[in-house]
Amino acid sequence: MKDFPYTESKDTRSGFGAGLLELGRTNPNVVGLCADLTGSLKMDAFQKEFPERFFQVGIAEANMIGLAAGMTIGGKIPFTGTFANFSTGRVYDQIRQSVAYSGKNVKICASHAGLTLGEDGATHQILEDVGMMKMLPHMTVINPCDFNQTKAATIAIAEYEGPVYLRFGRPVVPNFTPANQKFEIGKAVVLNEGKDVSIFATGHLVWKAILAGKLLAEQGIDAEIINIHTIKPLDEEAILASVSKTRCVVSAEEHQLNGGLGDSIAQLLARKMPLPLEMVGVNDSFGESGTPDQLMEKYGLNENAIVEAVKTVMARKQ
Amino acid sequence: MNPFNKNVDELNQMASQVRRDILRMVHAVNSGHPGGSLGCTEFLVSLYFKVMDHNPNFNMDGTGEDLFFLSNGHISPVWYSVLARSSYFDVKELATFRKLNSRLQGHPATHEHLPGIRIASGSLGQGLSAATGAAQAKKLNGDDKLVYVLMGDGELEEGQVWEAAMYAHHHKVDNLIATVDVNGQQIDGPTDAVMSLGNLRAKWEAFGWKVLETQGNNFNELLPTLEEAKSLTGQGQPIMILMNTEMGYGIDFMMGSHKWHGIAPNDAQLQQALLQAAETAGDY
Repeated sequence: MKDFPYTESKDTRSGFGAGLLELGRTNPNVVGLCADLTGSLKMDAFQKEFPERFFQVGIAEANMIGLAAGMTIGGKIPFTGTFANFSTGRVYDQIRQSVAYSGKNVKICASHAGLTLGEDGATHQILEDVGMMKMLPHMTVINPCDFNQTKAATIAIAEYEGPVYLRFGRPVVPNFTPANQKFEIGKAVVLNEGKDVSIFATGHLVWKAILAGKLLAEQGIDAEIINIHTIKPLDEEAILASVSKTRCVVSAEEHQLNGGLGDSIAQLLARKMPLPLEMVGVNDSFGESGTPDQLMEKYGLNENAIVEAVKTVMARKQ
Repeated sequence: MNPFNKNVDELNQMASQVRRDILRMVHAVNSGHPGGSLGCTEFLVSLYFKVMDHNPNFNMDGTGEDLFFLSNGHISPVWYSVLARSSYFDVKELATFRKLNSRLQGHPATHEHLPGIRIASGSLGQGLSAATGAAQAKKLNGDDKLVYVLMGDGELEEGQVWEAAMYAHHHKVDNLIATVDVNGQQIDGPTDAVMSLGNLRAKWEAFGWKVLETQGNNFNELLPTLEEAKSLTGQGQPIMILMNTEMGYGIDFMMGSHKWHGIAPNDAQLQQALLQAAETAGDY
């Protein structure tokens, strides 16, 4: 098992803020819109440096999505910012009609996704957003794993023409991916090569998968760990290449099992390479108040849950 | 400068042809929304043949030209007819309305790349937001042209409209001219019975808009109002035109009722209706 050294832990939302600031300096068409959560989204540096390209929308997310769609007419590249819950479920029809169906170049940037939002509780802890977004035709769905990758993804999606859902979060997590990485949309990243099981993780669960890989190595299990930062379009080639070697699969994500990364992988395996799959995620439940670590433990989204899933799936291997 | 710049006689003739197009389009597929389309015929004919500085050689970004957004997308027949009659696409294509593989979807869409359409509409309440965003993009681009948007009165029941109304005032979006088609009707009946809209002038003024009122089925009243609206742009306030119209206007048995909101005439009704709208520019 490879080692993944890091010098600090940072929040992925700050990676978004850093990426947006850099875009402001390099791409005059990039504009920011925020629905009264500028500090939480780390958009304040962009707002301060580019006030004429920052639009405070107030607590009016539906209008924000429509405004962003309109601003693309004339060549702007709007980045909208609010919590993941208010970025998706609250404005699904606006995204569907004004952005996705209309093919608008809007970047929907969503923080505080999943259980790790913590104490605010289930009203704010959306666990269905990836499913809603990936069902929309023409929508790209990205869930990077740490600060550096979120910054790189933010910069990369400005270069891509089309609607994007970029999901990130609130807690600090180890910042272990390279600082100046090139982010390729739709390209899986193999973190550790192994032969016994393929672990496909996204977002905050990528680091948990690395921790699980270390625990598994101590028990003599050689896990291949792959970061699926882009859930749609899914890197089918990379997934099938790994699975054809390991012959069993675990998916891990901070999302409902229905509609998430594991769901997409299950469809792929069923069509192309039917092999055993165990899915780590939230099983048809809302969240609740608590610290992020407590919630990830209670809802089975940590390294121990991944280790258990690996053992289960390896036992099913033919 | 409008590329057609028609006079009132010519506009009336065009309106007659557009009414024929609307009736024949919805009749051919036995579906669509003739009532609101007929009521807004003078308005759209005014914009495309007199008021807007626009380019029928369509470009999505629309830089350097006035833009129009239709928020109440169900009145697509009148928009499609006016776009075709003003050379955005061949009038023959009107025959494909609502049919399989057509660019003329039941509700307007960019997905099939129909010239003239810049965003999908149909799910109500979204057009004012999009138009406001497009108007702000024009300001960022140093483009001094205007953005027009039409909404239905029933559509004002959608909360997003008021989000956008508050925003456009706060951000001083003064290159935006919105119009509400006040025909007093919606699918389930008169707006007063379904959901009272109250004093619309007071509502929009309270949201910080400059409000004009006009009669939308008479070019001699509508054109001066549109010119006044243009003259009021650039003064720090968005402009609202409350436009009184009659649903089904121009066809006697369709007027003044919500009955023709979303149903098409049968063969006999079509013939009776066409007698009331002369063919002035050649049927498609």
